[in-house]
Amino acid sequence: MSKFTTTRRGLIKSGVVGGAGLAMPTIFTSSAFGYTNEPTGSTVTLGFNVPQTGPYAEEGLDELRAQELAVEHLNGMGDGGMLNTFSSKALKGNGILGKKVQFVTGDTQTKSDAARASAKSMIEKDGAVMINGGSSSGVAVAVQGLCQEAGVIFMAGLTHSNDTTGKDKKRNGFRHFFNGYMSAAALAPVLKNAYGSDRRAYHLTADYTWGWTQQESIAAATEAMGWETVNNVLTPLASTDFSSYIAPVLNSGADVLVLNHYGGNMVNSLTNAIQFGLRDKIVNGKQFEIVVPLYSELMAAGAGKNVEGVIGSMNWNWQLQDDGTQAFVKSFGEKYGRPPSNSAHTCYVQTLLYADACERAGTFNPCGVVDALEGFEFDGMGNGPVLYRAEDHQCFKDVLVMKGKENPTNEYDTLEIVEVTPRAQVEYAPDHPMFAGGELGACNPGA
Amino acid sequence: MFGLNKKDSILMIAVAALALLAPFILNIFPNDSALAFFNAGYPDLMQRFVIFGIFAIGFNLLFGLTGYLSFGHAAFLGVGSYAAVWMFKLLNYNVVPAIVLSIVVAAAFSLVIGYISLRRSGIYFSILTLAFAQMMFVTAYSDLLGRWLGITLTNGETGLQVYNDDPQILLGNGPNVPHLFGLEMRAKEVWDIGPWEFTLPVGYYLCAVLMLASFYLAIRIFRSPFGLMLRAIKSNQTRLNYTGLNSKPYTLAVFVISGMYAGLAGGLLACMDPLAGAERMQWTASGEVVIMTILGGAGTLIGPILGSGAIKYLENVFSKLNEGLLHDWFGFMPDGLEGALVWVVSKFTGEGWHLTLGGLFMLVIIFLPGGLVEGGNKIRSWIQNRTGRGSPPADTASTPAE
Repeated sequence: MSKFTTTRRGLIKSGVVGGAGLAMPTIFTSSAFGYTNEPTGSTVTLGFNVPQTGPYAEEGLDELRAQELAVEHLNGMGDGGMLNTFSSKALKGNGILGKKVQFVTGDTQTKSDAARASAKSMIEKDGAVMINGGSSSGVAVAVQGLCQEAGVIFMAGLTHSNDTTGKDKKRNGFRHFFNGYMSAAALAPVLKNAYGSDRRAYHLTADYTWGWTQQESIAAATEAMGWETVNNVLTPLASTDFSSYIAPVLNSGADVLVLNHYGGNMVNSLTNAIQFGLRDKIVNGKQFEIVVPLYSELMAAGAGKNVEGVIGSMNWNWQLQDDGTQAFVKSFGEKYGRPPSNSAHTCYVQTLLYADACERAGTFNPCGVVDALEGFEFDGMGNGPVLYRAEDHQCFKDVLVMKGKENPTNEYDTLEIVEVTPRAQVEYAPDHPMFAGGELGACNPGA
Repeated sequence: MFGLNKKDSILMIAVAALALLAPFILNIFPNDSALAFFNAGYPDLMQRFVIFGIFAIGFNLLFGLTGYLSFGHAAFLGVGSYAAVWMFKLLNYNVVPAIVLSIVVAAAFSLVIGYISLRRSGIYFSILTLAFAQMMFVTAYSDLLGRWLGITLTNGETGLQVYNDDPQILLGNGPNVPHLFGLEMRAKEVWDIGPWEFTLPVGYYLCAVLMLASFYLAIRIFRSPFGLMLRAIKSNQTRLNYTGLNSKPYTLAVFVISGMYAGLAGGLLACMDPLAGAERMQWTASGEVVIMTILGGAGTLIGPILGSGAIKYLENVFSKLNEGLLHDWFGFMPDGLEGALVWVVSKFTGEGWHLTLGGLFMLVIIFLPGGLVEGGNKIRSWIQNRTGRGSPPADTASTPAE
């Protein structure tokens, strides 16, 4: 026993002495950095923080595929994808500012806490200068706040809450994806044509920032055209069975069910709703209908036949015919043997936009990147002409209204484009009440 | 020293040295070497090591000494975090009121829950604490209480954060990040020594100092008459009751102390990163601290710290091993073998790290019921036997009085 204690003490002693000895003669080169994680070597590291587990895991894995593809294209490998159609020609396929692009990945677990921990580790340990990803607005808002504090750029992936570029907007954060307000503005006219202006809607809403703001937007837009909102029930994000929420819909007198759910949640709630036979019911003399305001190919694939005829909206779809879309779908398809989802698209585009902004700014300094992205107008990325608005860092572009295909020809052909809503129809003022309350603050370059 | 006997003093000094030198020990691999991936010396993870160390030390006071298995301890950690963030929102970013309130609130919650749950023992106690914790989790996750009161209390799934328009009545011109009287928590000193890079974060050292204080307190409790009484409860509570002794005040006291440790840990989590999410109160988080304690060695002083370190390391480092990295590492092998090996290993890394943890936990439970501490003891006696200096077993070694 006594032998052991001396050994341990000896060990510690020698450790201390050794450490001090090592430290003594060496010159401390701790220098004042210009900004957080300034890349000094021949490489630059990007952090891809996506949900690999949890209700949004499918989306996260597809985002990761697209991010890897974007890195390939930035480094000049593969066929270059959208670099060939992008209106800005600053990127040369030799990395960013001559530095080869590397990436690290993290799992957000679709939880704010875990997402912040993994983003922190990418920033603190791996030296990431930019974090891209998300698939839940709760996570995006949390990570955006973290990036602002840490002094790195956050290029939001799939986040659809109004708050991301509304009350929680940050100077270091940018969103390419559309939001709840835009979905509502695009959907309302289509819903009116399809189902009439005299409907009673019942909302099931994911209980967090995205669900809240999307429900608010859809309710406002549909009420403006004459619909009545019967009830809004909040469901926890971690739910997997929605039967107990669906049953009361039957007795509520509602004739439309709006599912403000996404990912695995939506697959389960829609399946439950179909099992309850909601779509075969006639209520108030009208056919019962289901609306899913935010759609994705992966959800449609997960829900299978249940999505037939269900209307929703999307940021982008692989079936678009412009050059940018075709170039991206081609290189994604060649690499992975499947068409990309709209979450994959937004992450791919965000990564290229960040690289392009660095290239144009001539620096990785977040403040330079912010200046380069604010008010940036571009084209050739699959959405037509797009503006990155300086006031709130939100992209403005056309919105797609989609419908589940009645007779799909293959497993990826699940949705069809009903209408491309022009950008002018979904624009709003930066101080719109649904987006009020936050401020961008100053850009933070960190250390 | 400080009222500790020689053995405990040495343990205390060893833990202190480990804690203070952690930024160096954990970044043992040079920055540009292939093994740098396994470094853990970055602020966020080091803070997690000591914060969950505090949590596990506190849990071990209850579980290790009395044998009462609380399955809802994460709830106290959660309320601690919420209390701390509310202090940031209402007063300012100084961590002192935040930490104090987080301990007080956790104590209040554990008093109430402990008073009710401790009416039963064994599995019924575990289930009661689990039920309370899940009730609190659901309340926080959907912000039921806040909704009922018409205010934002926990902000649900999004997590409670500080906004620019919060009152922060004492903020003035103070820093806009958590700080200790002006010393920012996220400030750090970076030393580049040759190929090594060492980060010395302020926040980590605050946590480390509080962890050492908690550890010292735990040693004192272990060695006190109060601690002896708790062990008596563990060995045979019925007999203790028959001797005419009311054991409930003792169990309740240690339950509250243990809850306060959890509250401190939760408060510190919020001080290092001012956001409180409901997930940290979920039953999986409660289960994690049980695993930490058992993995390290329940009822031992150092065990919980080792266990929490092992789990947090796996969670943060193993979970980042993606297939690309594995392909790089196994690239020297023939293609077929490489593919097969990567396929197997990738199931245990990345999002599959839980599988590694599960396997490790099973091995420890089966072969080392006393946790990593028992493993350390076995190795030590094996070495002593081999070197032929058969010193007497630890139990019979006389420990001199103070």
